[in-house]
Amino acid sequence: MRVELEALSRSFPGVRAVQDVSLAYEPGRLYALVGENGAGKSTLMHLLYGMLPPDAGRILVDGRPVRLAGSQDAIRLGIGMVHQHFMLVDTLTVAENVVLGAEPGRWGRLDRGAARAAVRRDAERFGLAVDPDAPLESLSVGEAQRVEILKVLYRGASFLIFDEPTGVLTPQEARGLFAILRRLRDEGKTVVLISHKLDEVLSVAEIIDVMRRGRHVGRLAREEAGAERLARMMVGREVLLRVDKPPAAAGPPVLEARGLGVRRRPGQAELADVSFILRRGEILGVAGVEGNGQRELAALVTGLLRPEAGELRLDGRPLRGLTPRRARDLGIRHVPEDRQRTGLVLDMSLRENLILGEEGSPAAGQAGVILPGRVAALARRRVAEYDVRVADTRQSARALSGGNQQKLVLARELDGDPRLLVACHPTRGVDVGAIEYIHRTLLAKRTRGLAVLLFSSELSELLALSDRIGVLYRGRLTAVLDADVVDEETLGLYITGARGVADA
Amino acid sequence: MPRKPWRRALALAVEALWPPAAALGLSFAVGTVIVAAIGENPLRVLPLIFAPGLGSADGFARVLFDATPLILTGLSVAYAFRAGLFNIGGEGQLYLGAFLAAWVALALPGLPRPVALPLAVLAAAAGGALWGAIPGWLKARFGVHEVINTIMMNFLAVGITGWLVERYLQEPGQMIPHTAEIPAAYQLQPFARGPAGAWLGLDRANPLGASLLVALAAAVVVALVFRRSVEGYRLRAVGLSPPAARYAGIAVGGVTVRAMAVSGALAGLVGVHEVLLYRHRFLDNFSSGLGFLGIAVALMGKNHPLGIVLAALLFGFLNTGALEIDIFTEVPRELVVVLQALIILLVVSFSELALWRRRRRRRREEAA
Repeated sequence: MRVELEALSRSFPGVRAVQDVSLAYEPGRLYALVGENGAGKSTLMHLLYGMLPPDAGRILVDGRPVRLAGSQDAIRLGIGMVHQHFMLVDTLTVAENVVLGAEPGRWGRLDRGAARAAVRRDAERFGLAVDPDAPLESLSVGEAQRVEILKVLYRGASFLIFDEPTGVLTPQEARGLFAILRRLRDEGKTVVLISHKLDEVLSVAEIIDVMRRGRHVGRLAREEAGAERLARMMVGREVLLRVDKPPAAAGPPVLEARGLGVRRRPGQAELADVSFILRRGEILGVAGVEGNGQRELAALVTGLLRPEAGELRLDGRPLRGLTPRRARDLGIRHVPEDRQRTGLVLDMSLRENLILGEEGSPAAGQAGVILPGRVAALARRRVAEYDVRVADTRQSARALSGGNQQKLVLARELDGDPRLLVACHPTRGVDVGAIEYIHRTLLAKRTRGLAVLLFSSELSELLALSDRIGVLYRGRLTAVLDADVVDEETLGLYITGARGVADA
Repeated sequence: MPRKPWRRALALAVEALWPPAAALGLSFAVGTVIVAAIGENPLRVLPLIFAPGLGSADGFARVLFDATPLILTGLSVAYAFRAGLFNIGGEGQLYLGAFLAAWVALALPGLPRPVALPLAVLAAAAGGALWGAIPGWLKARFGVHEVINTIMMNFLAVGITGWLVERYLQEPGQMIPHTAEIPAAYQLQPFARGPAGAWLGLDRANPLGASLLVALAAAVVVALVFRRSVEGYRLRAVGLSPPAARYAGIAVGGVTVRAMAVSGALAGLVGVHEVLLYRHRFLDNFSSGLGFLGIAVALMGKNHPLGIVLAALLFGFLNTGALEIDIFTEVPRELVVVLQALIILLVVSFSELALWRRRRRRRREEAA
């Protein structure tokens, strides 16, 4: 199936999301679509998947123009999309999930045999190993993603769009996914991978399209593309992909954890006997598959959770009865993992967000009164210093891009030279330019003596920034490794428990 | 997109004002149909609603009198709402406020006026604050939903005050369940009885009095708290995003309890109007849903102090107009109740619609 986009454009109030984009996709090839957040890659794919109508231009399938009034139309034509967030039902089996909405059978009876057979057939053909009878809740994230792919294939897709598929996967799982993508291509399907991770695009795609500010700025074959070149095309300027990490000059201990523990509860993972020392001027990375206690550890250090065993010490003094308020007063700052939910009040202005947590301090006013002049001045300074790109600080935080929102949080948390920063996934969903900025800022603060406890699911990020990396596996700190001597591959083994458990 | 500040302000004002304006217009359109169906001339009847209020200073003063408790209960709802709390308990809180004001007055008859009056005002606020703080605390401590709580507290308030009056404070020799008259030191007199009455052209029987000033002062204070204070900032942060507020070190539970207490205090101040000014006593079961009407007023006024004052005025007009319609036309006064209900229903619907449109626009922008 040959798909062509002809001069597609789509605007939203105030934004030209996609401008005059023309692309052709041949069957049996593996494409990638890269660009910063907000470059228009998702909008373009939404146009192709029928979720949005274009303002101008047209879509041709096998040379014939088509009108897509919704995703059903796209599916009927053989266009499928694997979403970033899975749309699966936990309590159903794999086979039931795959056929859901297009069940085989008659008179309202589900033909389970047919469903199972269909799943087996596709699974075998495309190398998607899953047990059709397994309940979905028993599957790993990587397996659940395979179910999503099977779902799309079951509906007869020959053109598959993958929207940021590796965001939730471990390196090993991601490599498994890439093998599947290649297999799909070999079977004659067209595959389009949307991503902002350059290394994975370069390792798997044959043809790479780059978008910047709504425009298609180039198509490269893998051989001619390099990470530097792609980054330059995406951002429109030179980008340092790997920031230089000056040698560590770690000072006295800032944070000490001794035998920390919390019990498992609904919505809370277990943490047991976690001990470490974090020094002044040091970045201690924490690696682990989501749900292995990282969230709980971050919550303990920031006062959101009380330890049930062990203790924390800041500068040698025990932190008892720590609350978020007191943590903040002691110079412990927090970049939470979900900036939209816990880092910012999205419906407040930038100004207001920049004083969140400091609203009662002299920086914002006095005697219980907030002084707008002071707040505006503070906001102007922080926005300038931390490179938040906005025209007006009275704008609501919701209107900012992910990268700018994150810089807003950083501006608030890093200003005023705190003692300790707990940074959780500081570059999640942030574009290349902003990642570079955030990394440089964290390292600069480290040089000035800030101690950072860094949580990230990006192993490359942990390796680039950390001095040492601790591995959390099932609530235990199974290893603390020197960041200079480990690589992603080895870390991958540790975080999945293949290494490090026995010796812990 | 940077825009000129005045254009931005204008756009915001239009955004905020179109739902209540459209609701008002559409309700009167429906009112026209109803009146015509009854066989009266709508062009004669509907203007009658506003005629007494606009016709004379005395009429307008009556509108203001009716609006006074609604300003307070409207502010009460808006204050809690700022923190994301839906206080349905205004009714119970104003009972407690009114009762406590009367009880303090009856218990301490000997106090001189400069002490007595502020004390009674304080008692009214404290009664409401207590009745608001309890559900606030239950919410903060145990997560019990404030809507359920405050509704239950309403029943308790009416029951308890009624029983206390009957058991301890009933005026002897009276069939009506009310307390004795409060001492003169505690009484507020209508403006019409004072020197300003004749000058303003008020009828001797016009009940408007200083409770209006209390309500307006409360509106100013609430506006200042909302706009300029640290507490107002915290209310808003908690209202918009409790998790973000908590992560930033704001004590969400404390803000919740305080918000409900202040909200209750505002409702409790209705006691000043009801007891100190109007009746000079506590009457069992006196309120005809003033607390609930406050929800409508806050809704109509978009939870903004100025909007609330205007919305309370509108409801004041409707109340005063009801009598006129009853007397001078074939249309029953219930028309006004119908209009009130329609306005509330439509304001809610249109506000939802506006919200939905905003969300849709935002989603599209985010998809870009």
